[in-house]
Formats: sequence, C-alpha cells, structure tokens
Amino acid sequence: MFPEFLHFHVAESIDLFVKWLTVAWGPFFKYFSNFILGFLIHIKDLLLFIPWWLWISGVGIISWWQTRRVITALSLMALLMTIGLFGLWTVAMETLAIVLTSVIMALIIGIPIGVAAAEFRQVSAIVKPLLDVMQTMPSFVYLIPALMLFGLGKVPGVIATVIYAVPPVVRLTELGIRQVSSSIQEAALAFGATRWQLLREVRLPLAMPSILAGVNQTTMMALAMVVIASMIGAGGLGEKVLVSINRMAVGNGFEAGMAVVALAIVIDRLTQGVARHWQPPEGISK
Amino acid sequence: MRSENFPVVEVKHLCKIFGSPGRGLKVDSPDLLEQAENNGAICAVRNVSFRVNHGEVFVIMGLSGSGKSTLIRCLSRLVEPTCGQVMIDGEEVTNMDEKQLTQFRRTKVAMVFQHYGLLPHRTVLENVTFGLKLRGMKVAEREEAARQAIQLVGLAGWEKQYPAGLSGGMQQRVGIARALVQDANILLMDEPFSGLDPLIRREMQDELIRLQEELRKTILFVTHDLNEALYLGDRMAVMREGAFVQVGSPQEVLQHPADDYVRRFVQDERRITQMVENSSKPAVVRSLDKARSLSAS
Ligand SMILES: Nc1ncnc2c1ncn2[C@@H]1O[C@H](COP(=O)(O)OP(=O)(O)OP(=O)(O)O)[C@@H](O)[C@H]1O
Ligand SMILES: [Mg+2]
Repeated sequence: MFPEFLHFHVAESIDLFVKWLTVAWGPFFKYFSNFILGFLIHIKDLLLFIPWWLWISGVGIISWWQTRRVITALSLMALLMTIGLFGLWTVAMETLAIVLTSVIMALIIGIPIGVAAAEFRQVSAIVKPLLDVMQTMPSFVYLIPALMLFGLGKVPGVIATVIYAVPPVVRLTELGIRQVSSSIQEAALAFGATRWQLLREVRLPLAMPSILAGVNQTTMMALAMVVIASMIGAGGLGEKVLVSINRMAVGNGFEAGMAVVALAIVIDRLTQGVARHWQPPEGISK
Repeated sequence: MRSENFPVVEVKHLCKIFGSPGRGLKVDSPDLLEQAENNGAICAVRNVSFRVNHGEVFVIMGLSGSGKSTLIRCLSRLVEPTCGQVMIDGEEVTNMDEKQLTQFRRTKVAMVFQHYGLLPHRTVLENVTFGLKLRGMKVAEREEAARQAIQLVGLAGWEKQYPAGLSGGMQQRVGIARALVQDANILLMDEPFSGLDPLIRREMQDELIRLQEELRKTILFVTHDLNEALYLGDRMAVMREGAFVQVGSPQEVLQHPADDYVRRFVQDERRITQMVENSSKPAVVRSLDKARSLSAS
C-alpha cells in the first residue's frame, strides 16, 4: 500500500481554480457560450428546413456528379433513407448540426495553425508535441475541461468535439505544405514571389489535397466524438445510444448506431469527392 | 555581331560554402575557404570571377557536383553567396535588401530550370503569366504578352492544357516562354535540356539559337554536356570542384585545354571530330562547325 501520508491531491485546487475562472470570466464564457449556441441553432434550423427528400436527392446528385457512378449515388441515398426509416431523421440532423458547428470551428482554428507551423519552425516545435498529447489522450478526457467551463449541454459538447477533432487538420495542413516540391517553390521565388505570394499561389493550392484529407479526417473524428459528448448532454444520436445502453434496449441501440454509421459514410464519401477535385490535373484535357 | 561590348553580368570573387565553417569563423574572403573546409564545410563555389557581355551566350560546364547550379543560383541569390560580389546591369545584387531583390528578380533576370518548375494546377497560359501576375499586371495585359511568348516558342493552341498533359520538350517550352515573357535582359538556364532525349534536345538547342538571333538576350547556360556547350556557347567556362579552371571560346577550350581535367573532358570530342573528318559529315561535325562559326564571328 502506498503510504497515506504521501498522498497529494490537486483536485481541490483545480476545483478552486475553475470556480474562480467561472466567476471572474463568467461574462466572457456566457457570451461565448451564447454565440456558439446561436450558431448551432441556426445550422440546425437550416438543416431541418431542407425537406428530407431534397436532402436525399441532393446527396444523390452530388455523389453522382463527383464519381459518375450510379451505384455509389444510390447507396448513399439508401443510407440516408434508413436514417429516416428508423425514425431518427430529426435527431440525426441535430447530431449533424453539432458536427458541422464543431468542424467549422476546428477548421477556423486548425488550418491557420497548420499553415503557421509549416511557415515557422518555432510554431511547429510547439504544436507537434501538443498534438501528440492530444491524440494519445483518451477521448473521454476532453469532456472534462469542457464540462469545467461550460457545465452540461450542447456547448461543452461542441467544445470537446472541437478539441478532439482539430489535430488531423493541423497535421495534414502542415504536412501538405511541407511536401510541396521545392523545385516548384524555387521557380516561384526566382520569378520574384514574396513569401505571402508563395504561400497563396503555390504552397496552399498544391497542399490542398492534403488539407482536404485533413478536413475529411477531422469531420470523421468530430462525428465519433459527438456520440461520446452525449454523455455531457450534447443530445442527438449519441444520446439515443446512451439511453439504449442504460435500458439494455439492444434493438434501439442498433438503430441509433446504424444511423451514426450511415451519416459517417455519407459525409466521408462526399468530402473525399471534394478532395479529389483538387488533385492537380493529369493527362490531356480537351 | 557583338557591337555592344559592355559587361551585363560581373561576378567578383564569389564563394559559397554549405555547412558550418567552424565556430567563430566568418568567411568573408576567399582566403578563408581552406580553413572552413578543414572544419568540415562543403565548398560549392570557390572564388569565381567572370564577366558576361550584352548579347552573349556564356556556358558554364562541368561534371556533376562541380557547383554549376549553386553558382547560377547565387546570381539571383536563390542561394545566398557566402562572400563575393555580383553586379548585374550596374546594380550590386549582393547588397540589395529583400524588397529590391524581389523587384530585381521580377524584372532583370528570368530563369529556366532542368525540372521545369511549372505549376501543375495551372494551365500553360497561367504558368506563362505567372511572373507577370506576381508583378501585379492586369489580366488582359499579361495574357496578351503570354500569348505572344507562347506563339514564339511554338506552343500556340496549347494554352488551356495542364503541364502533366505535355511532353518534356513541350513543358520546357512553357518554361522558356515563362522566362521570355518577363522581358528580362538576362536569362539564367540551369541544364534546361538535360532531361530531354537527344533528338528533342537538339531541336530545343536550335530553337534557342533561333530565339537568341531574334531577341539578343544575355544568356548564362549551365550544362554538363560538352557538345551542347560547343553548340550554343559564345564563351564557356569549365568548372571543377567549385572553381573555374578555364574560360574562353569553345574553340580555345577545344584546342588548348588548360589542364588535364579539361583535356580529358574534350578528348572524346576531338577524337570523334578527327574520326568523322575522314568519313562523311554527321551532325556532330556540323555542330562543331556551327560552334566555330559562331564564336569566330
Ligand atoms: N543545399 C545544399 N546543402 C549542402 N550541400 C549542397 C547543397 N547544394 C549543393 N551542395 C553541394 O554543393 C556541391 C555543388 O552542387 P551543385 O548542385 O551546384 O552541382 P552541379 O554542378 O549543379 O551538379 P549537377 O550537374 O549534378 O546538377 C555538391 O557537392 C553538393 O553536394
Ligand atoms: Mg545542377
């Protein structure tokens, strides 16, 4: 047994710190929280405003336009259809709204950090170990800081999701920019590109496939996290799964799980399609 | 032919070392090169001085790793020289601040690369207008200029293609058009034709000679191919381990090699010349004839 007199707890001081933070910075957190909530509700309203049949046919058309394959388009439509058939349409849209809000925030934070890390070694040196820690941490842990500052509800769900989902887009943005061929960059410099022009005209566009792969992964991770975030009251499909587990309702749990999977596949295919469009063209185009 | 006999490019005691010259040692004169080298630095350019006159084609030749690319990059400071002076058009490039340097690269020199360095996500037209876009020129104006340059290198009709859809020779034509459209007086060419197969290479060399007769640029041309050097050069420099071992007309280099290194370089060429002078007259000889007539005029 570890001797008792050696015990040392930080729990109490952390509680005190959080209490101080929520009091001293209370108005700020409140404002921030309301802002996110407002954003989230707008997105949800928008998603629900679009009728289900328009959603399904829209996804079908976009998928066909991206891949030119009827089978792919039909499969994606069928997947969305099942969500509706299980009676989970509204709940799924709620989940999608949280995912979209989180992903938008994650990209607004992540892409500039990735660019800065590629441009400046010092930034990279700080960001890299941070990302390593973030990615090895169990996802439940992200609930704690969010919970501390925002309590229960949708906003802490969004915050936890953003923190969990941001690493891939940072990493792949940096990687993509660093991988841009040095001979192309040299040519641009030789013609008098400034650092900013080099970034805008050469590095960013050529890193785009990699950045979009990052967006795709970030979205997937956000979806996974939203399910977990239902534990602190984010709602949506995750809550359905949670409730089913508590009630041992295997069938309901399966339906909700399937809806998450369907959503994941559809989002994955669509974002991958966008990424493909950014690959530099090959071969003769007439 | 060269009535305007004034130096456009003037390089004095240029040195470039890679790696650390040892602690506390600042290499600011060629005398310190040896010491830096003993400390483990790589000496890529070693006390090189030369001039290139207006309208001249100056060829820099040497084996792989002799420092040709480093030297030509030092001229526009794509590689920062360690010490020495570069004067171009009467301006001291080695003294410019960042802003002046950008302006200088946009207007005074244009470069053509061995690996083309084209933007894969831009069309031929967009690639050729790239330099003008960096300058902030208006779209209509720069496209007009680009179309002319594309016409000049024989790529009319290919404006909307992407580089990946073009052969190596055509990609390099785009590279040349991109350099020509800059309207710079000085062209820096780093082994522009080395990646091309022999027939296309010869075609491109002829093309360059034709363009040069029309445009009268000052060209610094890097190659490791003696034949190419003889064919194109008004004057040539032979480079070895970062230093110039001989500078002169192709004829001089061929007939009076300065040392064993140059002699070995030109040996094969001379043997072939002698061999074929007894038989028919294939392309090699014609190229030598041409080189001689060019440098003699
Ligand atoms: N960035 C660098 N860092 C360290 N050493 C370098 C660097 N660039 C070039 N060198 C070294 O400088 C020397 C000259 O290289 P350079 O590329 O100028 O040769 P080159 O004559 O152009 O050869 P090639 O015909 O292969 O293109 C070589 O020994 C090379 O290893
Ligand atoms: Mg080279």
